Amino acid sequence: MSESAELRKTPLNAVHRAAGAKMVDFGGWEMPVQYSGILDEHHAVRTTVGLFDVSHMGEIEIRGPEALTLVQRVTTNNAAALQRGQVQYSGLLYEHGGFVDDILVHKVADDEFFLCVNASNQDKDFEHIRAQNRWNCSVENAGPRYAQLAIQGPRALETLQQLTRTDLSSIPYYWFIDAEVSSQPARIARTGYTGEDGFEIYIAPELAVTRWGEILEAGREFSIKPAGLGARNTLRLEAKMVLYGHEIDASITPLEAGLAWIVKFDKGEFTGRAALEKQQSEGVKRKLTGFEMRGRGIARDGYQVYVDESPAGWVSSGGPAPALNKNIGLCYLPADRARAGVAIEILIRHQLVEAVTVPTPFYKRAR
Amino acid sequence: MNYPENYRYTKEHEWVCVAGDEGTVGITFHAQSELGDIVYVDMPVAGTAVKAGETLGSVESVKAVSDIYSPVSGEVVEVNETLKDAPEKLNEDPHGAAWLVKIRLANPPEIERLMGAAEYLSYVGS
Repeated sequence: MSESAELRKTPLNAVHRAAGAKMVDFGGWEMPVQYSGILDEHHAVRTTVGLFDVSHMGEIEIRGPEALTLVQRVTTNNAAALQRGQVQYSGLLYEHGGFVDDILVHKVADDEFFLCVNASNQDKDFEHIRAQNRWNCSVENAGPRYAQLAIQGPRALETLQQLTRTDLSSIPYYWFIDAEVSSQPARIARTGYTGEDGFEIYIAPELAVTRWGEILEAGREFSIKPAGLGARNTLRLEAKMVLYGHEIDASITPLEAGLAWIVKFDKGEFTGRAALEKQQSEGVKRKLTGFEMRGRGIARDGYQVYVDESPAGWVSSGGPAPALNKNIGLCYLPADRARAGVAIEILIRHQLVEAVTVPTPFYKRAR
Repeated sequence: MNYPENYRYTKEHEWVCVAGDEGTVGITFHAQSELGDIVYVDMPVAGTAVKAGETLGSVESVKAVSDIYSPVSGEVVEVNETLKDAPEKLNEDPHGAAWLVKIRLANPPEIERLMGAAEYLSYVGS
């Protein structure tokens, strides 16, 4: 692996290296893929608490009297339903209905929205939104002003609570609060990408190294582990959370990806709406479906899926499910086969291996 | 980590330990460390003919699949079946109990092309 000068780094880069993390190129960012090991980190998040540096994620801030109008225009979900302090999962679509990105919309104020977007899409998202800004809103590509840390797992609340006077238990799932961590400003959101309870905090980049150390110290009694992108991926797959570039991209619509619930046709006009209405009236032809391996082998992203001995789809994400002790995956199948209990085969390195479609999510935490 | 002096090493991070006309083959400590948690091992059945430098099988970590190349030519005479249910042994004892296959050598002198322990260590830069 050659050291590339162009890779972008988070403020915690040196901290990760000092901790012995394995660093990889992730969408142009040099990020930790693992520290102690993906399985170990995965189990830490499922059973106690893990800490992720997700500062590569992008932030876009939309401000102005017509901020809601612009957000409504570019996203699929109904941002008008948000209260101040609430978070909403949503889609940014092209006119043809395919994904520009999947995002989190935070309503900061009536005239201010804070979007958390995927790292490798942030510049594209920014241009996409700016090009549709006919309402004189301020649209800022604010990624460089934020570091983001994710504290995830059943002990996440107890860990972070030691560093803030804000009663974290008062923040409902998918809400946030602008408060303080260690007496310094932090946007604290009860969100995550692991299928566990937890928080994502947005802070100034210069605070990241100190906060990282403090959170690890606070979580020591719970055996907190720093966790990398490897565990983040196995965790999100078990929870059936989609990943841009895998389940969704410019060629996939929300209706195909099982994300009809983030499309609100009755909210008014939005980019991609006409294409989705057409697709819905004509019938969605392929749908995202979960499966687990029956035969020996691990399905990987891009492998072909066979139904009745013919190629019928592809694996969008696949791998081991460490909390379930199974090999699982998500795949696209013809709509008439996209239900649980269908026998399929995965072409694994020139051999067809048996699998079966199953209900999702694969993993759901006990509440 | 100890890289046994009597093993020979490939650039693709396999090792072979020759005794008589048989070579025991595995992956190096460096290889398992780069792969991370190993969760699946796919090896050919006994009786399969293999060629030096060609694909022997594969090892999968949580993240990815890696081809394993045979360091030597010959016939697979034994497969380490314990790895089927306990692939994590490849992370724990890659130079010992977690050997992959034993191969009856068709061309013993070809191991001379492989690296010794010191050369391999400098190759992986540790």
